[in-house]
Amino acid sequence: MRTIYILWLRQLKRFIRKKASLVGALGQPLIFLVAFGFGLGPVFARAGGVDYIQFLSPGIIGMTVLFTSIFTGVEVIWDKQFGFLKETFVAPVSRFEILLGKVLGGATVAIVQGILVFLITLLVGFRVENLALIPLAFVFLSLIAILFSAVGVTIAARLDDMQGFPLIINFVIQPLFYLSGALFPLEGLPKFLEIITKINPLSYGVDGLRGALTGISHFSSINSLLVLSISLVLVILVGTYQFSKVEI
Amino acid sequence: MISVKNLTKKYGKFTAVDDVSFSVEKGEIFAFLGPNGAGKTTTIKMLTTLLRPTEGEIFLNGHNVKKKPRDTRKSFGIVFQDPSLDNELTAYENMQFHAILYGLSSSLYKERIQSLLSLVELWDRKDSFVKTFSGGMKRRLEIARGLLHHPKVLFLDEPTIGLDPQTRNLIWNYIKDLNKKEGVTVFFTTHHMEEVERMAERIAIIDHGKIIASGTPDEIRKQTGAENIEDAFIKLTGNTVRAESSDFSKSTLSGFRKM
Repeated sequence: MRTIYILWLRQLKRFIRKKASLVGALGQPLIFLVAFGFGLGPVFARAGGVDYIQFLSPGIIGMTVLFTSIFTGVEVIWDKQFGFLKETFVAPVSRFEILLGKVLGGATVAIVQGILVFLITLLVGFRVENLALIPLAFVFLSLIAILFSAVGVTIAARLDDMQGFPLIINFVIQPLFYLSGALFPLEGLPKFLEIITKINPLSYGVDGLRGALTGISHFSSINSLLVLSISLVLVILVGTYQFSKVEI
Repeated sequence: MISVKNLTKKYGKFTAVDDVSFSVEKGEIFAFLGPNGAGKTTTIKMLTTLLRPTEGEIFLNGHNVKKKPRDTRKSFGIVFQDPSLDNELTAYENMQFHAILYGLSSSLYKERIQSLLSLVELWDRKDSFVKTFSGGMKRRLEIARGLLHHPKVLFLDEPTIGLDPQTRNLIWNYIKDLNKKEGVTVFFTTHHMEEVERMAERIAIIDHGKIIASGTPDEIRKQTGAENIEDAFIKLTGNTVRAESSDFSKSTLSGFRKM
Protein backbone atom coordinates (compact mmCIF):
# COMPACT_ATOMS: atom_id res chain seq x y z
CA MET A 1 0.00 0.00 0.00
CA ARG A 2 2.80 2.43 0.91
CA THR A 3 4.39 1.69 -2.45
CA ILE A 4 1.27 2.60 -4.36
CA TYR A 5 0.83 5.67 -2.17
CA ILE A 6 4.34 7.02 -2.74
CA LEU A 7 4.11 6.44 -6.51
CA TRP A 8 0.76 8.20 -6.53
CA LEU A 9 2.10 11.08 -4.44
CA ARG A 10 5.06 11.51 -6.80
CA GLN A 11 2.73 11.88 -9.82
CA LEU A 12 0.67 14.43 -7.97
CA LYS A 13 3.67 16.49 -6.85
CA ARG A 14 5.02 16.54 -10.39
CA PHE A 15 1.61 17.65 -11.65
CA ILE A 16 1.14 20.44 -9.12
CA ARG A 17 4.65 21.77 -9.80
CA LYS A 18 4.06 22.08 -13.53
CA LYS A 19 1.60 24.91 -13.51
CA ALA A 20 2.19 25.72 -17.17
CA SER A 21 1.04 22.30 -18.33
CA LEU A 22 -1.98 22.53 -16.04
CA VAL A 23 -3.13 25.73 -17.72
CA GLY A 24 -2.06 24.45 -21.15
CA ALA A 25 -4.23 21.37 -20.77
CA LEU A 26 -7.29 23.57 -20.34
CA GLY A 27 -6.70 25.33 -23.66
CA GLN A 28 -7.85 22.56 -25.96
CA PRO A 29 -11.18 21.86 -24.23
CA LEU A 30 -11.92 25.58 -24.14
CA ILE A 31 -11.33 25.90 -27.90
CA PHE A 32 -13.53 22.87 -28.53
CA LEU A 33 -16.31 24.31 -26.39
CA VAL A 34 -16.22 27.66 -28.12
CA ALA A 35 -15.69 26.44 -31.69
CA PHE A 36 -18.03 23.46 -31.65
CA GLY A 37 -20.41 24.53 -28.90
CA PHE A 38 -21.15 27.96 -30.28
CA GLY A 39 -20.17 27.29 -33.91
CA LEU A 40 -22.25 24.19 -34.47
CA GLY A 41 -24.92 25.02 -31.90
CA PRO A 42 -27.31 26.69 -34.39
CA VAL A 43 -27.01 23.78 -36.86
CA PHE A 44 -27.64 21.31 -34.07
CA ALA A 45 -30.69 23.25 -32.93
CA ARG A 46 -32.10 23.40 -36.45
CA ALA A 47 -31.70 19.62 -36.72
CA GLY A 48 -34.05 19.38 -33.78
CA GLY A 49 -31.47 18.56 -31.14
CA VAL A 50 -31.19 19.85 -27.61
CA ASP A 51 -28.96 22.77 -26.73
CA TYR A 52 -25.59 21.73 -28.19
CA ILE A 53 -23.54 23.05 -25.23
CA GLN A 54 -25.69 20.81 -23.07
CA PHE A 55 -24.91 17.85 -25.33
CA LEU A 56 -21.25 18.65 -25.98
CA SER A 57 -19.99 19.50 -22.47
CA PRO A 58 -19.84 15.93 -21.11
CA GLY A 59 -18.01 14.96 -24.31
CA ILE A 60 -15.41 17.69 -23.77
CA ILE A 61 -14.96 16.66 -20.14
CA GLY A 62 -14.46 13.10 -21.39
CA MET A 63 -11.95 14.32 -23.96
CA THR A 64 -9.91 16.14 -21.31
CA VAL A 65 -9.82 13.10 -19.09
CA LEU A 66 -8.91 10.84 -22.03
CA PHE A 67 -5.94 12.92 -23.20
CA THR A 68 -4.61 13.64 -19.70
CA SER A 69 -4.88 9.97 -18.79
CA ILE A 70 -3.09 8.75 -21.88
CA PHE A 71 -0.32 11.21 -21.01
CA THR A 72 0.55 9.00 -18.03
CA GLY A 73 2.17 6.79 -20.65
CA VAL A 74 4.42 9.64 -21.76
CA GLU A 75 5.57 10.01 -18.16
CA VAL A 76 6.54 6.34 -18.11
CA ILE A 77 8.64 6.83 -21.25
CA TRP A 78 10.29 9.87 -19.66
CA ASP A 79 11.07 7.82 -16.57
CA LYS A 80 12.65 5.25 -18.85
CA GLN A 81 14.76 7.80 -20.71
CA PHE A 82 15.84 9.74 -17.64
CA GLY A 83 16.64 6.57 -15.74
CA PHE A 84 14.15 6.90 -12.91
CA LEU A 85 12.26 3.77 -13.94
CA LYS A 86 15.40 1.72 -13.15
CA GLU A 87 15.29 3.01 -9.59
CA THR A 88 11.68 1.87 -9.32
CA PHE A 89 12.26 -1.48 -11.01
CA VAL A 90 15.15 -2.64 -8.79
CA ALA A 91 13.13 -1.96 -5.64
CA PRO A 92 11.55 -4.96 -3.90
CA VAL A 93 8.04 -4.19 -5.13
CA SER A 94 5.99 -6.02 -7.73
CA ARG A 95 5.49 -4.65 -11.20
CA PHE A 96 1.76 -4.81 -10.52
CA GLU A 97 2.12 -2.37 -7.62
CA ILE A 98 4.22 -0.04 -9.78
CA LEU A 99 1.61 -0.19 -12.53
CA LEU A 100 -1.19 0.50 -10.08
CA GLY A 101 0.65 3.43 -8.48
CA LYS A 102 1.33 4.98 -11.87
CA VAL A 103 -2.21 4.42 -13.12
CA LEU A 104 -3.86 5.82 -9.99
CA GLY A 105 -1.49 8.80 -9.97
CA GLY A 106 -2.16 9.58 -13.62
CA ALA A 107 -5.88 9.04 -13.14
CA THR A 108 -6.03 11.43 -10.19
CA VAL A 109 -4.38 14.13 -12.27
CA ALA A 110 -6.87 13.47 -15.08
CA ILE A 111 -9.82 13.61 -12.68
CA VAL A 112 -8.65 17.00 -11.36
CA GLN A 113 -8.36 18.28 -14.94
CA GLY A 114 -11.79 16.86 -15.76
CA ILE A 115 -13.34 18.66 -12.80
CA LEU A 116 -11.68 21.93 -13.82
CA VAL A 117 -13.13 21.59 -17.32
CA PHE A 118 -16.50 20.75 -15.80
CA LEU A 119 -16.35 24.08 -13.94
CA ILE A 120 -15.50 25.84 -17.20
CA THR A 121 -18.50 24.26 -18.95
CA LEU A 122 -20.71 25.65 -16.18
CA LEU A 123 -19.35 29.10 -17.00
CA VAL A 124 -20.29 28.80 -20.68
CA GLY A 125 -23.82 27.75 -19.89
CA PHE A 126 -23.83 24.02 -19.15
CA ARG A 127 -26.47 23.02 -16.58
CA VAL A 128 -26.60 19.86 -14.49
CA GLU A 129 -30.03 18.21 -14.72
CA ASN A 130 -30.10 16.36 -11.42
CA LEU A 131 -27.62 17.22 -8.68
CA ALA A 132 -28.25 13.89 -6.97
CA LEU A 133 -26.56 12.15 -9.88
CA ILE A 134 -23.26 14.06 -9.48
CA PRO A 135 -21.68 11.12 -7.58
CA LEU A 136 -22.57 8.83 -10.51
CA ALA A 137 -20.96 11.31 -12.90
CA PHE A 138 -17.85 11.21 -10.70
CA VAL A 139 -17.81 7.42 -10.93
CA PHE A 140 -17.86 7.61 -14.74
CA LEU A 141 -15.21 10.31 -14.74
CA SER A 142 -12.97 8.15 -12.53
CA LEU A 143 -13.54 5.04 -14.63
CA ILE A 144 -12.56 6.86 -17.83
CA ALA A 145 -9.49 8.26 -16.06
CA ILE A 146 -8.32 4.93 -14.62
CA LEU A 147 -9.08 2.96 -17.80
CA PHE A 148 -7.17 5.25 -20.13
CA SER A 149 -4.27 5.82 -17.72
CA ALA A 150 -3.91 2.05 -17.76
CA VAL A 151 -4.08 2.07 -21.57
CA GLY A 152 -1.37 4.77 -21.70
CA VAL A 153 0.94 2.92 -19.33
CA THR A 154 0.37 -0.37 -21.15
CA ILE A 155 1.30 1.16 -24.49
CA ALA A 156 4.32 2.92 -22.97
CA ALA A 157 5.62 -0.31 -21.44
CA ARG A 158 6.88 -1.42 -24.84
CA LEU A 159 8.03 1.95 -26.21
CA ASP A 160 11.63 3.02 -25.57
CA ASP A 161 11.41 6.60 -26.79
CA MET A 162 8.98 9.32 -27.71
CA GLN A 163 9.15 8.64 -31.46
CA GLY A 164 6.31 6.16 -31.41
CA PHE A 165 3.94 8.11 -29.24
CA PRO A 166 2.58 10.65 -31.77
CA LEU A 167 1.70 7.69 -33.97
CA ILE A 168 -0.35 6.23 -31.17
CA ILE A 169 -2.01 9.56 -30.41
CA ASN A 170 -3.01 9.96 -34.06
CA PHE A 171 -4.07 6.42 -34.85
CA VAL A 172 -5.45 5.22 -31.53
CA ILE A 173 -6.36 8.08 -29.24
CA GLN A 174 -7.77 10.60 -31.72
CA PRO A 175 -10.07 7.98 -33.31
CA LEU A 176 -11.14 6.86 -29.83
CA PHE A 177 -12.24 10.41 -29.11
CA TYR A 178 -13.82 11.37 -32.44
CA LEU A 179 -15.65 8.06 -32.77
CA SER A 180 -17.04 7.98 -29.23
CA GLY A 181 -20.18 10.05 -29.44
CA ALA A 182 -18.44 12.91 -27.62
CA LEU A 183 -19.25 15.29 -30.49
CA PHE A 184 -22.38 13.77 -32.08
CA PRO A 185 -25.31 11.63 -30.93
CA LEU A 186 -25.04 7.87 -31.38
CA GLU A 187 -28.55 7.63 -32.83
CA GLY A 188 -29.11 7.04 -36.54
CA LEU A 189 -25.44 6.55 -37.50
CA PRO A 190 -24.37 4.66 -40.64
CA LYS A 191 -23.92 0.98 -39.83
CA PHE A 192 -20.07 0.93 -39.89
CA LEU A 193 -19.85 3.96 -37.61
CA GLU A 194 -22.38 2.45 -35.25
CA ILE A 195 -20.25 -0.69 -34.95
CA ILE A 196 -17.10 1.32 -34.30
CA THR A 197 -18.72 3.46 -31.65
CA LYS A 198 -20.14 0.36 -29.97
CA ILE A 199 -16.75 -1.34 -29.58
CA ASN A 200 -15.14 1.87 -28.36
CA PRO A 201 -15.08 1.86 -24.54
CA LEU A 202 -14.92 5.66 -24.44
CA SER A 203 -18.43 5.77 -25.97
CA TYR A 204 -19.73 4.18 -22.79
CA GLY A 205 -17.71 6.54 -20.60
CA VAL A 206 -18.93 9.67 -22.36
CA ASP A 207 -22.49 8.37 -22.60
CA GLY A 208 -22.53 7.44 -18.91
CA LEU A 209 -21.19 10.86 -18.00
CA ARG A 210 -23.75 12.55 -20.21
CA GLY A 211 -26.55 10.44 -18.76
CA ALA A 212 -25.58 11.33 -15.20
CA LEU A 213 -25.15 15.04 -15.88
CA THR A 214 -27.96 15.76 -18.37
CA GLY A 215 -30.32 12.81 -18.26
CA ILE A 216 -29.79 12.11 -21.98
CA SER A 217 -28.11 8.80 -22.75
CA HIS A 218 -27.91 6.15 -25.42
CA PHE A 219 -26.94 3.15 -23.30
CA SER A 220 -28.18 2.38 -19.80
CA SER A 221 -25.89 3.39 -16.92
CA ILE A 222 -25.54 -0.20 -15.74
CA ASN A 223 -24.55 -1.30 -19.23
CA SER A 224 -21.93 1.45 -19.46
CA LEU A 225 -20.54 0.71 -16.00
CA LEU A 226 -20.19 -2.96 -16.91
CA VAL A 227 -18.42 -2.31 -20.21
CA LEU A 228 -16.00 0.13 -18.58
CA SER A 229 -15.24 -2.17 -15.64
CA ILE A 230 -14.63 -5.20 -17.85
CA SER A 231 -12.41 -3.16 -20.18
CA LEU A 232 -10.47 -1.92 -17.16
CA VAL A 233 -9.82 -5.42 -15.83
CA LEU A 234 -8.65 -6.57 -19.27
CA VAL A 235 -6.31 -3.61 -19.73
CA ILE A 236 -4.83 -4.02 -16.23
CA LEU A 237 -4.16 -7.71 -16.98
CA VAL A 238 -2.45 -6.91 -20.29
CA GLY A 239 -0.59 -4.00 -18.68
CA THR A 240 0.72 -6.10 -15.81
CA TYR A 241 1.95 -8.70 -18.29
CA GLN A 242 3.61 -6.05 -20.48
CA PHE A 243 5.19 -4.40 -17.45
CA SER A 244 6.64 -7.69 -16.26
CA LYS A 245 8.36 -8.04 -19.64
CA VAL A 246 10.00 -4.62 -19.62
CA GLU A 247 13.80 -4.74 -19.75
CA ILE A 248 15.80 -1.56 -19.25
CA MET B 1 26.99 -14.24 -1.95
CA ILE B 2 26.92 -13.92 -5.73
CA SER B 3 27.38 -16.89 -7.99
CA VAL B 4 27.23 -16.56 -11.75
CA LYS B 5 27.36 -19.55 -14.10
CA ASN B 6 27.69 -19.41 -17.88
CA LEU B 7 25.94 -16.07 -18.08
CA THR B 8 25.22 -14.91 -21.65
CA LYS B 9 23.31 -11.95 -23.04
CA LYS B 10 22.69 -11.62 -26.76
CA TYR B 11 21.06 -8.74 -28.63
CA GLY B 12 20.22 -10.32 -31.96
CA LYS B 13 23.58 -11.40 -33.34
CA PHE B 14 25.61 -9.24 -30.97
CA THR B 15 26.80 -10.98 -27.82
CA ALA B 16 27.24 -8.41 -25.05
CA VAL B 17 28.12 -10.93 -22.34
CA ASP B 18 29.59 -14.22 -23.42
CA ASP B 19 29.53 -17.28 -21.15
CA VAL B 20 30.70 -15.50 -18.01
CA SER B 21 31.17 -17.33 -14.71
CA PHE B 22 32.45 -15.95 -11.39
CA SER B 23 31.56 -15.77 -7.74
CA VAL B 24 31.77 -13.19 -4.99
CA GLU B 25 32.10 -14.21 -1.34
CA LYS B 26 30.07 -12.76 1.49
CA GLY B 27 31.61 -9.57 2.87
CA GLU B 28 34.03 -9.25 -0.02
CA ILE B 29 34.87 -6.07 -1.92
CA PHE B 30 34.90 -7.12 -5.54
CA ALA B 31 36.03 -4.98 -8.47
CA PHE B 32 34.57 -5.72 -11.87
CA LEU B 33 36.76 -4.03 -14.43
CA GLY B 34 36.82 -3.59 -18.17
CA PRO B 35 37.06 -0.99 -20.91
CA ASN B 36 33.94 0.88 -22.07
CA GLY B 37 31.49 -1.42 -23.79
CA ALA B 38 33.11 -4.58 -22.36
CA GLY B 39 29.86 -5.82 -20.82
CA LYS B 40 30.15 -4.54 -17.23
CA THR B 41 26.86 -2.68 -17.08
CA THR B 42 25.00 -5.41 -18.98
CA THR B 43 26.26 -7.93 -16.43
CA ILE B 44 25.20 -5.73 -13.53
CA LYS B 45 21.77 -5.26 -15.08
CA MET B 46 21.33 -9.03 -15.24
CA LEU B 47 22.52 -9.41 -11.64
CA THR B 48 20.00 -6.77 -10.54
CA THR B 49 16.96 -8.21 -12.41
CA LEU B 50 16.72 -5.38 -14.94
CA LEU B 51 17.71 -7.61 -17.85
CA ARG B 52 16.85 -11.25 -18.43
CA PRO B 53 19.88 -13.38 -19.30
CA THR B 54 19.78 -15.17 -22.65
CA GLU B 55 21.47 -18.11 -20.93
CA GLY B 56 23.04 -18.98 -17.62
CA GLU B 57 22.25 -18.90 -13.93
CA ILE B 58 22.70 -16.28 -11.23
CA PHE B 59 22.34 -16.73 -7.50
CA LEU B 60 22.38 -13.70 -5.24
CA ASN B 61 22.13 -14.07 -1.47
CA GLY B 62 20.86 -17.61 -2.11
CA HIS B 63 18.06 -16.50 -4.45
CA ASN B 64 17.77 -17.61 -8.04
CA VAL B 65 17.71 -14.20 -9.70
CA LYS B 66 15.67 -15.33 -12.70
CA LYS B 67 13.02 -17.19 -10.70
CA LYS B 68 12.83 -15.05 -7.55
CA PRO B 69 13.37 -11.48 -8.71
CA ARG B 70 11.54 -9.96 -5.77
CA ASP B 71 13.54 -11.78 -3.08
CA THR B 72 16.67 -10.86 -5.00
CA ARG B 73 15.71 -7.19 -5.05
CA LYS B 74 15.36 -7.17 -1.26
CA SER B 75 18.98 -8.23 -0.97
CA PHE B 76 20.81 -5.57 -2.94
CA GLY B 77 21.22 -1.85 -3.42
CA ILE B 78 22.63 -0.19 -6.49
CA VAL B 79 24.17 3.06 -7.63
CA PHE B 80 23.67 3.19 -11.38
CA GLN B 81 26.20 4.40 -13.88
CA ASP B 82 23.61 6.64 -15.56
CA PRO B 83 21.47 9.19 -13.71
CA SER B 84 18.32 7.79 -12.12
CA LEU B 85 17.01 10.64 -9.99
CA ASP B 86 13.70 12.45 -10.37
CA ASN B 87 14.71 16.01 -11.25
CA GLU B 88 11.26 17.37 -10.43
CA LEU B 89 11.51 16.23 -6.82
CA THR B 90 13.72 17.61 -4.06
CA ALA B 91 16.76 15.77 -2.75
CA TYR B 92 14.82 14.79 0.37
CA GLU B 93 11.83 13.55 -1.65
CA ASN B 94 14.08 11.38 -3.79
CA MET B 95 15.50 9.81 -0.64
CA GLN B 96 12.08 9.40 0.94
CA PHE B 97 10.67 7.76 -2.21
CA HIS B 98 13.48 5.23 -2.08
CA ALA B 99 13.04 4.60 1.65
CA ILE B 100 9.34 3.87 1.28
CA LEU B 101 9.84 1.57 -1.71
CA TYR B 102 12.27 -0.41 0.44
CA GLY B 103 9.85 -0.53 3.35
CA LEU B 104 11.88 1.47 5.89
CA SER B 105 9.93 2.81 8.86
CA SER B 106 9.59 6.56 8.98
CA SER B 107 11.64 7.01 12.18
CA LEU B 108 14.47 4.94 10.68
CA TYR B 109 14.54 6.68 7.33
CA LYS B 110 14.35 10.17 8.81
CA GLU B 111 17.45 9.49 10.85
CA ARG B 112 19.31 7.80 7.99
CA ILE B 113 18.41 10.41 5.40
CA GLN B 114 19.77 13.11 7.66
CA SER B 115 23.03 11.29 8.34
CA LEU B 116 23.57 10.28 4.70
CA LEU B 117 22.71 13.69 3.26
CA SER B 118 25.05 15.23 5.83
CA LEU B 119 27.75 12.77 4.82
CA VAL B 120 27.54 13.81 1.16
CA GLU B 121 27.18 17.45 2.26
CA LEU B 122 23.72 17.95 0.83
CA TRP B 123 21.72 18.30 4.04
CA ASP B 124 21.45 22.09 3.71
CA ARG B 125 20.19 21.56 0.15
CA LYS B 126 17.67 18.86 1.05
CA ASP B 127 14.67 20.91 -0.06
CA SER B 128 16.17 22.04 -3.36
CA PHE B 129 14.93 20.49 -6.57
CA VAL B 130 17.37 18.01 -8.04
CA LYS B 131 17.20 19.82 -11.38
CA THR B 132 19.09 22.72 -9.80
CA PHE B 133 21.98 20.44 -8.75
CA SER B 134 25.37 20.21 -10.46
CA GLY B 135 26.56 16.86 -11.86
CA GLY B 136 28.69 16.18 -8.80
CA MET B 137 25.84 16.94 -6.39
CA LYS B 138 23.51 14.60 -8.27
CA ARG B 139 26.14 11.89 -8.12
CA ARG B 140 26.52 12.34 -4.37
CA LEU B 141 22.78 12.16 -3.92
CA GLU B 142 22.57 8.93 -5.93
CA ILE B 143 25.25 7.39 -3.75
CA ALA B 144 23.52 8.47 -0.56
CA ARG B 145 20.29 6.97 -1.87
CA GLY B 146 21.95 3.66 -2.75
CA LEU B 147 23.22 3.37 0.84
CA LEU B 148 19.90 4.22 2.45
CA HIS B 149 18.47 0.74 2.99
CA HIS B 150 21.69 -1.02 4.09
CA PRO B 151 21.58 -3.87 1.59
CA LYS B 152 23.39 -7.21 1.82
CA VAL B 153 25.05 -6.58 -1.53
CA LEU B 154 25.88 -3.14 -2.84
CA PHE B 155 26.39 -2.66 -6.58
CA LEU B 156 28.29 0.48 -7.53
CA ASP B 157 28.53 1.03 -11.28
CA GLU B 158 31.24 3.66 -11.72
CA PRO B 159 30.00 5.48 -8.61
CA THR B 160 32.69 8.15 -8.48
CA ILE B 161 32.35 9.54 -12.03
CA GLY B 162 32.63 13.32 -11.91
CA LEU B 163 33.54 13.57 -8.23
CA ASP B 164 36.49 15.44 -6.82
CA PRO B 165 39.17 13.52 -4.85
CA GLN B 166 37.84 14.77 -1.50
CA THR B 167 34.35 13.42 -2.16
CA ARG B 168 35.68 10.17 -3.59
CA ASN B 169 37.77 9.68 -0.49
CA LEU B 170 34.80 10.42 1.76
CA ILE B 171 32.53 8.03 -0.03
CA TRP B 172 34.97 5.16 -0.25
CA ASN B 173 35.72 5.50 3.46
CA TYR B 174 32.02 5.26 4.21
CA ILE B 175 31.65 2.20 1.99
CA LYS B 176 34.66 0.51 3.57
CA ASP B 177 33.18 1.22 6.97
CA LEU B 178 29.82 -0.21 5.94
CA ASN B 179 31.62 -3.27 4.63
CA LYS B 180 33.54 -3.76 7.91
CA LYS B 181 30.69 -2.99 10.32
CA GLU B 182 27.72 -4.54 8.56
CA GLY B 183 29.50 -7.08 6.38
CA VAL B 184 27.99 -5.60 3.21
CA THR B 185 29.32 -7.28 0.09
CA VAL B 186 30.48 -4.64 -2.39
CA PHE B 187 30.52 -5.17 -6.15
CA PHE B 188 31.88 -2.17 -8.01
CA THR B 189 33.13 -1.02 -11.37
CA THR B 190 35.41 1.92 -11.95
CA HIS B 191 37.96 3.36 -14.34
CA HIS B 192 40.04 4.77 -11.48
CA MET B 193 42.62 2.07 -10.88
CA GLU B 194 43.82 3.68 -7.65
CA GLU B 195 40.36 2.98 -6.22
CA VAL B 196 40.85 -0.66 -7.15
CA GLU B 197 44.29 -0.76 -5.50
CA ARG B 198 42.83 0.75 -2.39
CA MET B 199 39.53 -1.08 -2.09
CA ALA B 200 39.38 -4.35 -4.00
CA GLU B 201 39.98 -7.69 -2.34
CA ARG B 202 39.35 -9.52 -5.57
CA ILE B 203 39.13 -8.45 -9.19
CA ALA B 204 37.62 -9.78 -12.40
CA ILE B 205 38.45 -8.18 -15.73
CA ILE B 206 35.97 -8.44 -18.56
CA ASP B 207 36.57 -7.54 -22.20
CA HIS B 208 34.44 -8.16 -25.29
CA GLY B 209 31.93 -9.91 -23.02
CA LYS B 210 34.40 -12.47 -21.67
CA ILE B 211 36.25 -12.65 -18.36
CA ILE B 212 39.92 -12.48 -19.27
CA ALA B 213 41.47 -12.44 -15.81
CA SER B 214 40.42 -12.80 -12.19
CA GLY B 215 42.00 -13.06 -8.77
CA THR B 216 43.36 -10.92 -5.95
CA PRO B 217 45.17 -7.73 -6.92
CA ASP B 218 48.47 -9.48 -6.17
CA GLU B 219 47.59 -12.40 -8.42
CA ILE B 220 46.61 -10.05 -11.25
CA ARG B 221 49.89 -8.16 -10.94
CA LYS B 222 51.92 -11.40 -10.88
CA GLN B 223 49.96 -12.91 -13.76
CA THR B 224 50.82 -9.98 -16.01
CA GLY B 225 54.20 -9.08 -14.53
CA ALA B 226 52.96 -5.53 -14.06
CA GLU B 227 53.89 -3.07 -11.32
CA ASN B 228 50.34 -1.97 -10.64
CA ILE B 229 46.76 -2.68 -11.60
CA GLU B 230 46.65 0.10 -14.18
CA ASP B 231 49.56 -1.47 -16.13
CA ALA B 232 48.10 -4.94 -15.70
CA PHE B 233 44.76 -3.68 -17.02
CA ILE B 234 46.39 -2.11 -20.11
CA LYS B 235 48.42 -5.27 -20.75
CA LEU B 236 45.30 -7.40 -20.58
CA THR B 237 42.91 -5.22 -22.55
CA GLY B 238 45.24 -3.48 -25.02
CA ASN B 239 45.72 0.13 -25.98
CA THR B 240 42.79 0.76 -28.30
CA VAL B 241 40.16 3.24 -27.21
CA ARG B 242 36.61 1.90 -27.03
CA ALA B 243 33.35 3.48 -28.02
CA GLU B 244 31.44 4.90 -25.08
CA SER B 245 27.77 4.16 -24.90
CA SER B 246 25.40 5.07 -22.12
CA ASP B 247 21.80 4.00 -21.80
CA PHE B 248 20.58 7.34 -22.94
CA SER B 249 22.69 7.48 -26.11
CA LYS B 250 21.66 3.91 -26.91
CA SER B 251 17.97 4.73 -26.73
CA THR B 252 18.43 8.03 -28.53
CA LEU B 253 20.41 6.35 -31.28
CA SER B 254 17.86 3.61 -31.73
CA GLY B 255 15.24 6.35 -31.91
CA PHE B 256 17.13 8.02 -34.74
CA ARG B 257 17.55 4.73 -36.55
CA LYS B 258 13.81 4.19 -36.47
CA MET B 259 13.31 7.57 -38.10
